[in-house]
Amino acid sequence: MTSVLEPSAPLELPAAPPDPVLRRPRTTQGFWGWITTVDHKRIGIMYGVTAFVFFLFGGFEALLMRLQLAQPNGTLLSADFYNQLFTMHGTTMVFLVVMPISAAFFNYFAPIMIGARDVAFPRLNAFSYWTFLFGAILINSSFLLGGAPNGGWFGYAPNTSITFSPGHNIDFWIFGLQMLGIASTVGAVNFIVTILNLRAPGMGLFKMPVFVWMTLVASFLLLFAMPIITVALFLLMFDRQFGANFFNPAAGGDPVLWQHLFWLFGHPEVYILILPAMGIVSEVLPVFARKPLFGYPVVVFSGIAIGFMGWGVWVHHMFAVGLGPVAVSAFSISTMFIAVPTGVKIFNWLATCWRGSIKLSVPMLFALGFVAMFTIGGLSGVTHSVSPHDRQQTDTYYVVAHFHYVLFGGALFGIMAGIYYWWPKVFGHLLSERIGKVHFWLWFAGFNITFAPFHILGLEGMPRRIYTYDDDLGFDYWNMVSTVGSFVIAAAVLVFLYNVWHSRRHAVPAGPDPWDGRTLEWTIPSPTPAYNFAEVPEVHEIDDFWHRKYGEDDQGRMVKLTPPDTEGSLDVHRDDVHLPSPSYFPMVASFGLLIIAYSMIYRNYAVAVLGALVMLGGIYAWGLEPSSEPHDDHGHDDGGGATSHDPDDDGGHKGVEPADAPDAALGVNSGTAEQVTTT
Amino acid sequence: MSTLLARRRGLVAVVSLALLTGGCANGDDRPQSMLAPEGPIARQLDVLWDFTFAIAAVFFFLVLGLVLWVAIRYRRRSDDDNPKQIHGNMAMEIGWTAAPALLLAGLGVFTVINLVDLDRIPKGPDVLTVEVIGHQWWWEYQYPKAGIVTANELHIPAEKKIDLRVTATDVIHSFWPPKLAAKIDAVPGRINHMVIEADADDVGKTFVGQCMEYCGLSHANMRLKVVVHDDASFADWQRNQARKAVLPAPGAPGATGAELFRAKGCGGCHTVKGYTAGQVGPDLTHFMDRKVFAGAIFPNELDALRTWLRDPPKAKPMNPDKGLGMPNLGLTEAEINDLIAFLHTLK
Repeated sequence: MTSVLEPSAPLELPAAPPDPVLRRPRTTQGFWGWITTVDHKRIGIMYGVTAFVFFLFGGFEALLMRLQLAQPNGTLLSADFYNQLFTMHGTTMVFLVVMPISAAFFNYFAPIMIGARDVAFPRLNAFSYWTFLFGAILINSSFLLGGAPNGGWFGYAPNTSITFSPGHNIDFWIFGLQMLGIASTVGAVNFIVTILNLRAPGMGLFKMPVFVWMTLVASFLLLFAMPIITVALFLLMFDRQFGANFFNPAAGGDPVLWQHLFWLFGHPEVYILILPAMGIVSEVLPVFARKPLFGYPVVVFSGIAIGFMGWGVWVHHMFAVGLGPVAVSAFSISTMFIAVPTGVKIFNWLATCWRGSIKLSVPMLFALGFVAMFTIGGLSGVTHSVSPHDRQQTDTYYVVAHFHYVLFGGALFGIMAGIYYWWPKVFGHLLSERIGKVHFWLWFAGFNITFAPFHILGLEGMPRRIYTYDDDLGFDYWNMVSTVGSFVIAAAVLVFLYNVWHSRRHAVPAGPDPWDGRTLEWTIPSPTPAYNFAEVPEVHEIDDFWHRKYGEDDQGRMVKLTPPDTEGSLDVHRDDVHLPSPSYFPMVASFGLLIIAYSMIYRNYAVAVLGALVMLGGIYAWGLEPSSEPHDDHGHDDGGGATSHDPDDDGGHKGVEPADAPDAALGVNSGTAEQVTTT
Repeated sequence: MSTLLARRRGLVAVVSLALLTGGCANGDDRPQSMLAPEGPIARQLDVLWDFTFAIAAVFFFLVLGLVLWVAIRYRRRSDDDNPKQIHGNMAMEIGWTAAPALLLAGLGVFTVINLVDLDRIPKGPDVLTVEVIGHQWWWEYQYPKAGIVTANELHIPAEKKIDLRVTATDVIHSFWPPKLAAKIDAVPGRINHMVIEADADDVGKTFVGQCMEYCGLSHANMRLKVVVHDDASFADWQRNQARKAVLPAPGAPGATGAELFRAKGCGGCHTVKGYTAGQVGPDLTHFMDRKVFAGAIFPNELDALRTWLRDPPKAKPMNPDKGLGMPNLGLTEAEINDLIAFLHTLK
């Protein structure tokens, strides 16, 4: 990342006031620059890189499982280790891969798609990231500390009770998920506030890009879903550590309560995983079809409808629990109807491409792959909603096929589309199209070779979560096929890594707008400057940038307008935009949480108090540190005093800046330090 | 070039055909398949599946066909392509909202009718009730009226609706004989009903299934069998199972093993009716009547029994240190032979 935040003025001023007790870090460079950053773009990159590392972890776990299952009566792994692997594969892919990669996209792109200079609470954003990272490390450290969680990602009671899971495995899972839950909830609040408050002038809610809409919906889902799992995990913790009996049937507790709580979280969670990918695809398809998204308001409303209906379908995970025909009927029908808004989205995406001018660049291949593969996952989902037959399907590999088509064929295809699409905005160069196509086709083939056989295996009766199967059940052939497929996926991932390396070595500047984009992020230079927008843009239309470039003739065909005068502003280098200063303390507060988590796992409550003190210290220091170093020059006109500073300095900028008239903005390229933001 | 392409196409065809047919087995090769139902209940479910699958298949071809169509037909020919900018169409939106909604509503009605039908619990004095109890990691069956307790193999008469009362003693399990009925969870503290029925032509057949809810370490090794009888042979089976064990007379084969069975503590976990009353492991009173043991994963044969008794947690992953499953008793080969001789008397 190039940084334009390099202080241009001398750091030491002769008449500097004395240093306060708490200092804010000055550098935005190097290691400490990354550690202390509050820049939403850097945090986004850190989220993405971390999540990708865990994707490799989770993928490696999957390959081990596929090797074990390649043949009947496999002997590669022990039963216990296999159980740890499937638990950690699920937990990793959900909480440490798809959610944080989505968070990476939210972080980097939501602000620059709405014309903002940062998120609403930059330090809180850093806190989310560090808490996520520490939680992820905590949960994976269990592999080295006596055994990873082995109760499944769903952790059904009473198998996770201290009686049936006496080791620390489940404790790592509980406290790891609690930390990840804190990270997600905090992130959700941040994005809701950012999207609602920091939009550029003129960008009404219904002029927002669909990706931003889906981010908003997913953030609301997170905000309401995470507390449920938090409560459930607390109850489980009390059962395990303090002899409570919430889920213990022998003492009048109810193990089914756990399932209700888990799935009341878990089903909205599914939409938390898929909505961001739907948003990405809704951005990519119009760009590569040269047509606006068909039925924009309908697509948005469908996303919102999915967000609401997602709360009313959780019992379809529990059709075999024995809840009686009334409950099962109601949830069968609600589950069928959630297919309607999902189907509407698919039809609108197809209509977007209909009679378009389709360019099959790599992002578009992944986006079309998403539409096709997600449809398969959706259709198998409809077959689950037929509850009498779901009792045949549930807990077989047919379900494993279903959710891999939704989460891999859906979420990961969408995420890959987003990675290829937005790579130039983040790194300044495109990923190679040629290698990208190899990546896509290997990925597509490997995905289907691996997961399509799961449909057959499941219908032939292969249960989930088994480390072995006998050779008399007819499972041998498709398991071998699937294992071969999993290595094709692994090859595709290697091709992707090669593409990253190769494209970086042969980087050609991509320019601000390599895809003929439609949304605001393509109006600014690539990679994005630290301040995002030299001028806060004014928005008039959905896909505002497209409308600056193209109009429509009498027949509604697109017509190129004379090049708009926005081009010049791309060369503007601003060093006078005040940005939030870096801070150590979000990480300190997160670290306190990590201490608490480890000490709770090992039942050492004194150390937990110490951790709480570290966390509180971090939070107080965070509250008390100066909004920026007094003699630090981030181009911040601190002497002015008259401008309205946010008390907590976490405002980034205000969306509406009356002082920032367009013509005044044009004069900025001289580099004068005039006040253009009112932080 | 064209011949090469043709040859390649041929290769692709051969490979895909091989791939498809390789996995398609029939009859006994797919013993746990829900697509090869045998009983009337499983068959009714299969009809529901066929119907749903047909609807899904239509949409599968529609959507995937359209994806392929737009990708090919509307591919960008030149950078000057300027497609018409269509922003939406309310009539179409209403159409593709309403049509699937109506279709799904129909599917919903069909679903609920079948659901209510299949959940109807048979009542009456003649109805056979079996308590199905999940344990880590084996299934116990109790026939309260006949006073029978057995394990791993569920015996049922054909052409009768049987009411299984399913529960568990430790963690959640799920009982699933797929060719006869759909699964139901065995939840500790709850009793779930499951109706099961076999046809006349299933008599003499044995169906397989297994525990479907993850239940800890040896979940994969918790299998089950359902043996279908005609009325006469079921009555015989019941009569035999209700008997107490006939213990070997002193000096007879198995007598030393019987002593050992108590001395080594086997009887603390296993019931042999009329001899020991353990409550933890499977009832062994009529052990030799069963074709399988240890969660229906091993054939009830000499070699398998020997391997098992040498080190049970090695033969099947268990966690006896934490009270889960059978411990290694450190038996000598002689002791093993004696114990097996005793077990062979339990017919």
